[in-house]
Amino acid sequence: MSTTSQAPTDVTYEPVIGLEIHVQLRTRTKMFCGCELSFGEPPNTHTCEVCLGLPGALPVANAEAIHYGLMIGLALGCELAPQSIFHRKNYFYPDLPKGYQISQYDEPLCRGGRLADVRIHRVHLEEDAAKLVHAGSSGRIHGSAHSIVDFNRGGTPLAEIVTEPDLRAAEECGEWLRLLRTTLRQLGVSDVNMEEGSLRCDANVSIRPVGRRELGTKTELKNMNSFRFLEKGIRAEIARQEALVRAGEEVVQETLHFDPRTETLTPLRSKEEAHDYRYFPEPDLVPVTITPEMLERARAAVPELPAARAERFERDLGLTSDSAKLLAWRAELGDYFEAALAGNGPHPPEPQPLANWVNELVARIEVEDPAESRVEPGALATLVGLVTERKVTQNAAKQVLDTLVAEGGDPERIVEREGLGAIGGGDTLEPIVQQALDANPDVVEKLREGNMKPIGVIVGFVMRETKGRADGGEITRIVHEQLGL
Amino acid sequence: MSDIVALTAAQAAAAVGKGDLDPGELFEAYRARAAADDLNAFVWVAGEDATRANGAGGAGGASPLGGVPLGVKDLFCTEGVPSQAGSKILEDYRPPYTATVVRKLAEAGAPLLGKTNQDEFAMGSSNENSAFGPVLNPWDRGRVPGGSSGGSAAAVAAGTAPWAIGTDTGGSIRQPAALCGIVGLKPTYGSCSRFGMIAFASSLDQAGPLTRDVTDAALLFGHMVGRDDRDATSIQFPEEVRRPTAQRLDGIRLGVPDDLTGEGVEPGVMARFEATLQIARDLGATVERVPLPHADYGLSAYYVLAPAEASSNLARFDGVRYGLRRDADDLLTMYTKTRHDGFGPEVRRRILIGTYALSSGYYDAYYGRAQRVRTKIADDFRSAFERVDLIVTPTSPGVAFELGAKTADPLAMYLNDYFTVPMPLAGIPAISIPCGLSEDLPVGFQLAGPAFSENRILDAAYALEQAIGFDNSPARA
Repeated sequence: MSTTSQAPTDVTYEPVIGLEIHVQLRTRTKMFCGCELSFGEPPNTHTCEVCLGLPGALPVANAEAIHYGLMIGLALGCELAPQSIFHRKNYFYPDLPKGYQISQYDEPLCRGGRLADVRIHRVHLEEDAAKLVHAGSSGRIHGSAHSIVDFNRGGTPLAEIVTEPDLRAAEECGEWLRLLRTTLRQLGVSDVNMEEGSLRCDANVSIRPVGRRELGTKTELKNMNSFRFLEKGIRAEIARQEALVRAGEEVVQETLHFDPRTETLTPLRSKEEAHDYRYFPEPDLVPVTITPEMLERARAAVPELPAARAERFERDLGLTSDSAKLLAWRAELGDYFEAALAGNGPHPPEPQPLANWVNELVARIEVEDPAESRVEPGALATLVGLVTERKVTQNAAKQVLDTLVAEGGDPERIVEREGLGAIGGGDTLEPIVQQALDANPDVVEKLREGNMKPIGVIVGFVMRETKGRADGGEITRIVHEQLGL
Repeated sequence: MSDIVALTAAQAAAAVGKGDLDPGELFEAYRARAAADDLNAFVWVAGEDATRANGAGGAGGASPLGGVPLGVKDLFCTEGVPSQAGSKILEDYRPPYTATVVRKLAEAGAPLLGKTNQDEFAMGSSNENSAFGPVLNPWDRGRVPGGSSGGSAAAVAAGTAPWAIGTDTGGSIRQPAALCGIVGLKPTYGSCSRFGMIAFASSLDQAGPLTRDVTDAALLFGHMVGRDDRDATSIQFPEEVRRPTAQRLDGIRLGVPDDLTGEGVEPGVMARFEATLQIARDLGATVERVPLPHADYGLSAYYVLAPAEASSNLARFDGVRYGLRRDADDLLTMYTKTRHDGFGPEVRRRILIGTYALSSGYYDAYYGRAQRVRTKIADDFRSAFERVDLIVTPTSPGVAFELGAKTADPLAMYLNDYFTVPMPLAGIPAISIPCGLSEDLPVGFQLAGPAFSENRILDAAYALEQAIGFDNSPARA
């Protein structure tokens, strides 16, 4: 296509991505009836006249779900509507027993807000559909021999969180969604498990030439039910759109279905998506009015959240921005870090080195949460304290950490037992440095000429001799002293 | 007691309470009459086992409603008993639960006598839209009983049920009550639970009593009201529902709406209406004209809003879980064949109207505008009730018409609701009481009041009823 005039190969394209996240709320009962939520029970055992859409049944809004919705709104810095209403979204499908989904439309519970660098458009409440299983090869209702419906899931409360199109890369989407997951998990409002469907994410993807403000035509990506698939799907769609545009073709607005088996995107049949939902206010429900008491209760229930925690780590503890995010966005790391910091052992650690050492620890363990490893937070704190006090060198400390990960225990004892204490003071180190200088006359010559590069050879020699227990700075000082530099 | 059927429900309940009447005998007397009903007023009648269950020592005895059996409109869900809403799509559907109002009445001592015929999904004003055939008017079997609660009205008028409940969306209790010469009360929206009522238009539907007289209506209504945790739109009735006792209307200001006594009212009906106003004056009431400037648009707004809600409420009848299913090779064909064959023509018409009114691009012009009219009508009533205590109109522009007379002309049929539609749009209560005959057929007189003014309405209706002295016994002959 290099001959086509609209093939601007020199243009760089920028992806523009917004996410729509559905979160199953972990309330005791369903959104509009008294059925308890189902976790893998036999099909159609958690149902009643309301969630089966039997004639004459009426919905009643779940107060706990509204409470959770408010907590999410507060956590994301949204504006909470003093009054919001439910609408009916009308369409026919066997997983929708009433022929409409009760959702929120133009008067949602929460508007606006922000999480990290991504703006939130809105958060609203709705009910989940039932689960369809299609017999036959297609896996879709078209062409299946028959389909069966399990209404256990039908009516489970959902919070739908919609972002502004503020994301610019697939990896960024994954990273941000992990932050959202941590936030929601800390709120305790959901299991937020993508594989189990309690966290579901659709993506609206478009591309535009870098520097242009108008948005390109977007496509909607559905069914990416893991973080890996989410990033894969978005990456594939960005590449597809870019190839189209570079070939002088246009992106068509459509909904694409991610197939986890082939890891490809295929368009949904237009019939499946050509809907006029005929939204209108749900006459069976009264408006949701937020009282000061409800707001107070929601406020009290919101714990410190990752974004605020990262800010605090940066502001109060002087951590670098990267360290702060790393610890705060994975709550279990932040908890471990704070537990280590709080211990009042004999060798208190500095925050930033401790943060670095939490990283060292995470790299060495297989469990996600370091609290589940053999290394007690107090032990790590002591180790870092020993390093800070130069009683153990960095290298020796890594060996101690290996032992801690393998066996647990007290770092001071390990240092003692394995003779890993730093060799401090000139008395012990000087003879070894002298040995190193004697063994490397060529290096000595260069050092005397002012070329300090080969000093590493000397340091390396001493480290080998001391099994890493010597302090690099101390070695350098002695070299200078001995050579009279 | 051989004259059991001559007793009103309240009299029968009192007789049971005093031990003068055996509740089993009472139940059986009506059960046998209902089973022999030849007006097609019932679509299901309790068996003899129910008589045994409701006999002496059964539920009836010491209860407030004395075991007086109850006719229940088909669209109320009754556990294990057909609840078909007059529709083929629900033919022989037996729900697993009972509507709150029916349960409350049974607990208060009004056991289920039978399910009464109705227009399909309460859509109609003549009971000719029932999948189970039309109901005949006991005053003249060639005529309709009104609708949609036509079965309940005809049964009470004919004495095959001592009392009954129905639902009113745009007049479905009051209009058939008027055409059958009995009393029908449409309560304030929210005062009776809608849980278990197969919905027509959720924001308008309200359950209410159809009874032989005003006292019976008050007695039954008093046990229907109450906040229900299963209906988010239900409200605790703010006061005790009293048995009406007023003999006079001194100081009561009645308002006749300027804008609601339009053309098309039959002269005989207008004559009875005027005569009733004179009776009211004689009892001490004043009568003045009040403006209800938007009431004339009520019918138009109603025939947008009610079908819009119905189009959504009836979406659940899709052949997937219950009721009729027409099997097909693909989902869409299964839906369309099931719904085409299951719904009657009037229901299909209203689903189409409602679907259109809610469609994107038309929503504002139809649904949105109709909602604004609704607000204005409610405002009109509020202003009017600053000047008068009650608003009075004829219930229906005409007396019972002949079967088939209006079936070909839906607009003429819709005009039956002209006087009854504004009240549900405003959510306010209204009653229809018989006020005499025109062409040997009953005429209804409607009294409407502000929200939760049922006690005042019942009192005024009672005073008028005593003064009018309408005799509804010919229908029971």
